[in-house]
Amino acid sequence: MKQASRVLLRNPGGMIGIAILVIAVAVALFGPLLFPTSPWRMVQRPFLPPFTLSGFPLGTDALGRDVMAGIIYGARVSLLVGLISTLASLAVGIPLGATAGYFGGKVDDALMRFTEFFQTVPSFALAIVLVAIMQPSIVSIVAAIAIVSWPPVARLVRGEVLSLRTREYVQAAVVTGQTNWWIIWREILPNALSPVIVLASLMVATAILLESSLSFLGLGDPNLMSWGYMVGAGRTVIRQAWWITVFPGIAILVSVLALNLIGEGLNDALNPRLAKGGR
Amino acid sequence: MISFIAQRIAKAIIVLLALVVLNFFLIRMAPGDPAVVMAGEAGAGDQLFIAQLREKFGLDQPLPVQLFLYVKGILSLDLGFSFRQQMPVSKLILDRLPATLLLTGTAFAISLAFGILFGALAARFAGTWADTAITIAALIFYATPLFWVALMAILLFSVTMDWLPSFGYETVGAGYTGLPHVLDVAAHLILPATTIGLFFMATYARMTRASMLEVNRLDFVKTARAKGLSDTVIQRRHVLRNALLPVVTLAGLQAGTLVGGAVLTETVFAWPGIGRLMYEALLQRDYNLLLGVFVVCSAMVLAFNLITDLVYRSVDPRIEFAS
Repeated sequence: MKQASRVLLRNPGGMIGIAILVIAVAVALFGPLLFPTSPWRMVQRPFLPPFTLSGFPLGTDALGRDVMAGIIYGARVSLLVGLISTLASLAVGIPLGATAGYFGGKVDDALMRFTEFFQTVPSFALAIVLVAIMQPSIVSIVAAIAIVSWPPVARLVRGEVLSLRTREYVQAAVVTGQTNWWIIWREILPNALSPVIVLASLMVATAILLESSLSFLGLGDPNLMSWGYMVGAGRTVIRQAWWITVFPGIAILVSVLALNLIGEGLNDALNPRLAKGGR
Repeated sequence: MISFIAQRIAKAIIVLLALVVLNFFLIRMAPGDPAVVMAGEAGAGDQLFIAQLREKFGLDQPLPVQLFLYVKGILSLDLGFSFRQQMPVSKLILDRLPATLLLTGTAFAISLAFGILFGALAARFAGTWADTAITIAALIFYATPLFWVALMAILLFSVTMDWLPSFGYETVGAGYTGLPHVLDVAAHLILPATTIGLFFMATYARMTRASMLEVNRLDFVKTARAKGLSDTVIQRRHVLRNALLPVVTLAGLQAGTLVGGAVLTETVFAWPGIGRLMYEALLQRDYNLLLGVFVVCSAMVLAFNLITDLVYRSVDPRIEFAS
């Protein structure tokens, strides 16, 4: 692990990614302290262009709300939704994949058919339907993203478990009479972790994109300011006020890019075998 | 081969049935008693009318019977009725389907052609500035939300430069026919198709590059080089050909993602396809229509996956489709 972190630190893309992410997290955590006014409050005249008034560096939107404040509060929503929905997908995908890979046979067959079904269904369309039916809220958005995102986790974990379960140390654990769940949890999963970490970091990026797309379509949590919502709200006035759509979009782009860079850096660091040929 | 095809089709049918069942329960989960909603749409709320509606649509039957009726309806292409639009859901979808197929088909072709081209160039000139430029561009487009690319395209090419139309399928009221009509639709198609295309282009370029670099290290490439073939010939005839399989596999699997891209892009460009229809259904909370579009999209993705599966089998006999 130590060596892996050293490799990651030498990877320029990964370093850039980490730097951006650290800034984004800092903004999400401390930004609201610097901008205590709610991003929903009308604070200036509508359509104030950016870089004209010192208090409002990114201008205001069609209702006179501060774009900068929106981006700062939106960082919380994006990062939080990305993180929690990824954790939720892992919570579904890891046990499912581990069960399928460890027990094999009919259990494996049934679970994998189930997984394939969710992989066939167009994921964004399913997410839209789920959020629309459950009514938009932060809980339904996280649930919908988790429901459409877990299958790759299950498939990855299944593959890893499948190859690890025949190893000698696992056999040894079986001989010593450990229970199946103990073996999976203590012997197999810790060794299957590194590809899961790589996948998870990329999934956070995808989740942020999904959340922003849902909010853009008007399926965001109505009580929370988010980047996708801002772009969606600015869409109709793009001819008069480009800045309302441009800045939140850049925020999404930069965060997703950072997470992808980190994911690739982690991949090179944790799977050095794969990294050599250039991905 | 025949048994393989039969097996695949049987599997697709099972998935389709599962999908229809899922859809049925999703509709039942949607907020509001359907009969009350229908009565409300029709502008009459009295109990007798609601009871009549319930009976007419079988909503007074036990759940398994309702499910049976629903599956039966879908098999005869009856996807229910949209009370907001006062039209059968299947008709609404059929009317919009050609526009979506045109858009996604064009986007798919653009992304595959240019994705492979740029990926191959990056691999051919690996380590040079051209490779770096292509890799960075691919990274950026891969991370950009589609709806935002769409808006930026409008801002740049319609608002600022005024080169291309920013919304719709054709110039309303122009009444073009023949070639001018085709050109008019093409002009409207460029921005939305490129928007969807860019994201997938980035994916395919990255994949092609990685795959070609991998094939480059294989022994038969050394043999070709030892035979004295020129680098260009080796790359084009030997490396690219062998590197394409994973790319095409990935492309085949991405039909589902293409649907999502269509929803966002059609929404921004007011492209009259089923993605836009889904957005309209969403705005009006028209659940019958929303789920109708969903089930049709899923069925199309399923069919597309099935076809790609079968095509691979005939293209590359090495592919083992055991079980």
